[in-house]
Amino acid sequence: MSQPLMEIRDVTKIFGGGFLQSGDKIVALQDFSLTIHEEPAMITTIAGESGSGKTTLANLILGFIGPTSGQILYKGQDVGAMNGEQRLEYRREVQAVFQDPYEVYNPFYRVKHVFDLVIRRFNLARSRREARDVIEEALNVVGMRGEEVLEKYPHQLSGGQRQRMMVARAFMLKPRLIVADEPVSMVDASLRAMILDIMLRMRDEFNISFLYITHDLSTAYQIGDWIYILYQGSMAEIGDTVTVIENPKHPYVQQLISSIPVPDPTERWDTDITLPPEEELRGQVESGCRFYPRCSSRMDRCITKRPPLYRMDGQDHEVACYLYER
Amino acid sequence: MGAQANEQNLVLQVKDLRVHYATPTGDVIACNGVDFQVYRGETLGLVGESGCGKTTAAMAILRLVQPPGRILHGQVLVDGVDMMSLNEGELRQARWRQVALIPQGAMNSLNPVMRIKDQIADGIQTHEGQQPREELKERILELLNMVGLPGRVYNMYPHELSGGMKQRVCIAMAIALHPSLVIADEPTSALDVVVQRVVAQTMLEVKDRLGVSMILIGHDMGLQAQLVDRIAVMYAGNMMEIAPVQDIFEQPLHPYTQLLIDAIPSIKERKPLKVTEGLTHDLRNPPPGCVFHPRCASPRATARCHEEVPVLHEVAPRHYVACHPE
Repeated sequence: MSQPLMEIRDVTKIFGGGFLQSGDKIVALQDFSLTIHEEPAMITTIAGESGSGKTTLANLILGFIGPTSGQILYKGQDVGAMNGEQRLEYRREVQAVFQDPYEVYNPFYRVKHVFDLVIRRFNLARSRREARDVIEEALNVVGMRGEEVLEKYPHQLSGGQRQRMMVARAFMLKPRLIVADEPVSMVDASLRAMILDIMLRMRDEFNISFLYITHDLSTAYQIGDWIYILYQGSMAEIGDTVTVIENPKHPYVQQLISSIPVPDPTERWDTDITLPPEEELRGQVESGCRFYPRCSSRMDRCITKRPPLYRMDGQDHEVACYLYER
Repeated sequence: MGAQANEQNLVLQVKDLRVHYATPTGDVIACNGVDFQVYRGETLGLVGESGCGKTTAAMAILRLVQPPGRILHGQVLVDGVDMMSLNEGELRQARWRQVALIPQGAMNSLNPVMRIKDQIADGIQTHEGQQPREELKERILELLNMVGLPGRVYNMYPHELSGGMKQRVCIAMAIALHPSLVIADEPTSALDVVVQRVVAQTMLEVKDRLGVSMILIGHDMGLQAQLVDRIAVMYAGNMMEIAPVQDIFEQPLHPYTQLLIDAIPSIKERKPLKVTEGLTHDLRNPPPGCVFHPRCASPRATARCHEEVPVLHEVAPRHYVACHPE
């Protein structure tokens, strides 16, 4: 059995609270572990709300920041200990698509500029002609044609088109893994399917795996294979997407799913929910379950020690909650 | 559900609203003769993709359209008074007291160097003149209570509050002078699902307690289904369909409405994604006939759609659509 493509081992990231700093420390991510295999290509969703740690996780994987403890291994190699050449290869094989389809473009350049930069950096072509072919191939995969878009300026394209181009740019490097951080949340609702569909096709036709980072469980449910749901830096529930979403076990996940507005006027939210004033939620609590202040099923032991992940009977489904202790 | 549909119960009447934005290469037609009404005590949802004109319509109602935008034509009757005929002084009286707006991104526009109490006080006193301190304080605490915020928010700064709390402050400011109509433009789009539900609940409570009418602008059909009484669907500056919320979901008559509903990713059932192209025409140069015809996949489409602009007409009780009959 080959080694996994990516292995995240008990990664913890703490911000601030150092000796010379005045602020309190924030435990953005705690003891997070995840494995992505070389095959089959899969879409793994990291789902969570603000403060869940999902953006921190994306930044750690992309090497923008380093973990406080724990390791991130790519093909067996510690990402933090890579030399220049290994880093470049890592950058090529692990690509990213970000949330804002406007901010990544320099408004003074035509959009082809974003492709040219990548081609130069990674030596993807030996001539202008070859570069054009490489770009065209990538654009076709996302359903676009070079002659329609390359000479345009960013403001002349829609958000959906700009985002598709970003996916094309990532694809051009033939990556093994694309980290997509909220790729559709700033795109109009009716255009999201197009981008999600592109992700599915890249998985199926080109064996590219995705780490789909989002707060939108509905889209995660539609395209995700595996899901990790985070709450304030800790894993709450993980497993096969359909299993987790159709049968959520963690009180937080249950509350989350029941809060998704159902597009049916006859099925309105049944009860009112209240949240304790939010400023009390983000504590420096390192021990105990983070969801304690909001949990209707809480017990005394929940505040003293954080529950480990318990596996649900013979299923691809784990829950970090004492309610499921075996 | 909803107010009786007769003239006396009208809080807002928009008639033939035309708004254009000037550009070096021609006018962008943002609102192309838009008609709609809001009855007392109801919430009207105004939906459509980016560029459909919904935010422009809201700004036009309050006469907040700035150059290069201009209102060419139209009547906006609020409680029977035409906003277009008011002078500057009268207009300033009408804004906030009769119609209040919670603009997009309101929560990020709170003044970072002013305490919440001062910002709300500011809003009140600008329109009502100096108020006695104790009374003002009482009023502000009442407002905070009505939107479910704890009293201590009174003395806090915006950065100390979470997104959901800031948004509720914006709602408190909008209802401070007990307007007849509140227009909320994408009030929950940047918020997490659970927080969104809390804010949405707050809006419903406020509506019930104060009897205020509302226009909820957005593109999240799921949220619309939970909150509104009727929905008005806009596309590329034109009003395409208006109907009670249940009818919109059970029997969407316009092909574009059907498309919007189909684009909602389900949290109940995994099914193939429905992919669709976005806005296909240049807003400066709309196609002849029905502006939606380039994207229309309806089997009922005929040559007439390319030639004649369909007029919004009543097809079933309270159900209006701008689409040629078979």
